[in-house]
Amino acid sequence: MFANTLRRALCSLWGALVLLGAGNAFAGYSDTINLVKGVTDISHKVYDLHMLVFWICVVVCVGVFAVLIYSIIYHRKSKGAKPATFHESTTVEIIWTTIPFLVLVVMAVPATTTLLALEDTRDADMSIQVTGYQWKWKYDYLDEDISFFSVLTTPREQIEGSEPKSENYLVEVDNPIVVPINKKIRFLITSNDVIHSWWVPALGWKQDAVPGFINDGWTELSEPGTYRGKCAELCGKDHGFMPIVLIAKTEEDYAAWVAEQKGAAEADAAAATQTWSMDDLIARGESVYNTNCAACHQANGAGIPGVFPAITGSAIATGDMAGHVDIVMNGKAGTAMQAFGAQLNDVDLAAVITFQRNALGNSAGDMVQPSDIAAAR
Amino acid sequence: MSTATTHDEHHHGAPSGLMRWVKTTNHKDIGTLYLWFAFIMLLVGGAMAMVIRAELFQPGMQVVDPQFFNTMTTMHGLIMVFGAIMPAMVGFANWQIPMMIGAPDMALPRMNNWSFWILPFAGTMLVSTLFMEGGGPAFGWTFYAPLSTTFAPASTDFFIFAVHMLGFSSIMGAINIIATVLNMRAPGMTLMKMPLFVWTWFITAFLLIAVMPVLAGVVTMMLTDRNFGTSFFDAAGGGDPVLFQHVFWFFGHPEVYIMILPSFGIVSEIIPTFARKKLFGYSSMVYATASIAFLSFIVYAHHMFTTGMPVAGELYFMYATIMIAVPTAVKVFNWTATMWRGSMTFETPMLWAVGFVFLFTIGGFTGLMMGVAPTDMQYHDTYFIVAHFHYVLAAGALFAILGGVYYWIPKWTGNMYNERLGKIHFWWSAISINVLFFPQHFIGLAGMPRRIPDYSLQFADWNMISSLGGFAFGLAQIFFLFIVIKTIKGGEKASGQVWEGAEGLEWTVASPAPYHTFATAPEVK
Repeated sequence: MFANTLRRALCSLWGALVLLGAGNAFAGYSDTINLVKGVTDISHKVYDLHMLVFWICVVVCVGVFAVLIYSIIYHRKSKGAKPATFHESTTVEIIWTTIPFLVLVVMAVPATTTLLALEDTRDADMSIQVTGYQWKWKYDYLDEDISFFSVLTTPREQIEGSEPKSENYLVEVDNPIVVPINKKIRFLITSNDVIHSWWVPALGWKQDAVPGFINDGWTELSEPGTYRGKCAELCGKDHGFMPIVLIAKTEEDYAAWVAEQKGAAEADAAAATQTWSMDDLIARGESVYNTNCAACHQANGAGIPGVFPAITGSAIATGDMAGHVDIVMNGKAGTAMQAFGAQLNDVDLAAVITFQRNALGNSAGDMVQPSDIAAAR
Repeated sequence: MSTATTHDEHHHGAPSGLMRWVKTTNHKDIGTLYLWFAFIMLLVGGAMAMVIRAELFQPGMQVVDPQFFNTMTTMHGLIMVFGAIMPAMVGFANWQIPMMIGAPDMALPRMNNWSFWILPFAGTMLVSTLFMEGGGPAFGWTFYAPLSTTFAPASTDFFIFAVHMLGFSSIMGAINIIATVLNMRAPGMTLMKMPLFVWTWFITAFLLIAVMPVLAGVVTMMLTDRNFGTSFFDAAGGGDPVLFQHVFWFFGHPEVYIMILPSFGIVSEIIPTFARKKLFGYSSMVYATASIAFLSFIVYAHHMFTTGMPVAGELYFMYATIMIAVPTAVKVFNWTATMWRGSMTFETPMLWAVGFVFLFTIGGFTGLMMGVAPTDMQYHDTYFIVAHFHYVLAAGALFAILGGVYYWIPKWTGNMYNERLGKIHFWWSAISINVLFFPQHFIGLAGMPRRIPDYSLQFADWNMISSLGGFAFGLAQIFFLFIVIKTIKGGEKASGQVWEGAEGLEWTVASPAPYHTFATAPEVK
């Protein structure tokens, strides 16, 4: 593994140098060395502006470096250079203060128009609320009554190296955000706990998710496709593990997806009225636990001492059922413990609580039904 | 003759033993203490960087867990900024400013002792958080609320206290420098005759006095939010998390100039010496430094383009920010013009200074790119930013510090460093730092966020190259430790003048500089 990666790295370094030498500006490497060009009108504007400023910088840089290098080669004592005595010139100073200023003005014009377009969220066709959680995203379709969480699906074995890493390592989720093409979509971005930042490079922007405040951004896609991004603002331990997957669909496919989501919601509601066996609850609870709890309390329930308490042997998970239901549903103010009552449905809450009491080294022996959770709401 | 002997007995040399260092009020001793403290912190912070690069060597979690990784990025930043770069600059100021302006010592020598001796305690407290339950601070060196308040480990209160103490130290150091520059100049040393290093530090000291209390304010607000029920940064209590960023960056942006302006000063001393030609545009250099310092107060929110600022605010901060390119460009042009038609030699200090000009220019250009608000929407919080600020602070400030050490160490120790080893150190560092940080531009643009312990597969190759460069760069600084110790122990004896082209009062005294210099003020023509 190591030797292979090293060889690949050296090959690519060599490859980059060879390509540079050939004057072939990194052909084949353009997707890993330059700004993502993106798929929207705004992202293209941002890309063009990036290239404009980049080339201005390159031209000035080459000019300055050329003078420096010429001077280093020819104005050496060992070449017999005698020092000149000039040490000031107001004219020169004025010239090289004015020219950079004018160059900046030239840059500022397209920068201003691009910024105004990027920030113009008026006249949107639909709105999706994006909420950051430690460490997942929640999407609420404000016009459709659809709401779901989106969590990383890369298995722990791949992260820890006991399984080979798949193609979409760390950029795959259970429920991607799905949007229609040819619609102006406004994103309302906020957070439930700390500051996150919602970033899909192909859209051309990122926007911070600030708890208690709502920021906005917009996009309009023209081609169906899958676009991947990541949380961009440090948000705690698993900041690197809360990716974004956005799927753009044609209007017909999007309508079918909406119908499917609504059907699934109805099935969930029906399941909540049934009485569940303990084994079924524990089985379902394990997957709910791994998705929602394991990041902090760890897959084995041991927690991280001093940061995240253990579930195994904890007074809450082995004590009074009502207290356990309360902390899972309502969270604990002033800590990272979230109020899962607002995030999970009755079945999942009942399942995960039952799992915590009867697995992970605990054996309270009791269980809670979805109907009990409904009553506790 | 007999009076002279009595006089000498009173002005004896350095006392011996440990208490010399604890009780010293001598600017040279205190300068040495600052420089050694900074060097130790550079190695501690560097070791943390090695942990970071080891974890990022390949995809997957191999070396540390994500929480500890965040602690490493946080502590690396804090230690390098507050423990390595800033104290190193104060060390240079202590050694050089009195000698450069013909003063016998700093204006406030006892306070000088205190402002140093706070540092080891603050530094130890900061590092000790690593061993506390729950681990050290893991919220980034920018410690954004509410991650650093509601969601932070218990050790955060020790971090807050350490920052307060570091602030006291910096403010006292700054007061001392201003008092020294204003009151202790030799007759004839007018302000506009001062060496540029003195000028840049004089301006930096005002920045420090202006913004360190703001930093103290923001950590105090954190302290009360955490422990006394206030809600400055908690929306649930009527506060605003973004307020934290406004207050922090009002400190944080001038802070980056606090680190780079004295570097400009060091480079502006070295280049004329080895070009054997006066600094081009001395007065425009002074004005450019002052302009940069002024602008630093009114551009800070360019760190916050993605926080949801109103578009008018974004436009203002974009225009103000890109304006900084003008005085910065003037500085680079002036250095270039100083070298132009000089009679240059390339001893080790000159190599570092020229390396600084090249690499700082690259860092300056990426800074300009990020000042453009719409493109910053893509660059923000990616490795492009990491590459940018390491080009200006590692290839910039650190290169200037290393160059300054080579430049003045003959004056400090009386011994020449080994030229061959110095050159090896430079080329080793200059090549490896580019292998380390240049690829980070690529992965940042391609979409890799900063402060992540693991990454998707398309970033694997460049991360590995970057890590290899990182290990080489780290090793080069251990080599530097060896060079410094070797120079202190012995070497070719340095003359008072040391460098053929050097000008200034510090070169008129013997090498090593006597324990007390300029007890009688020199006359500056």
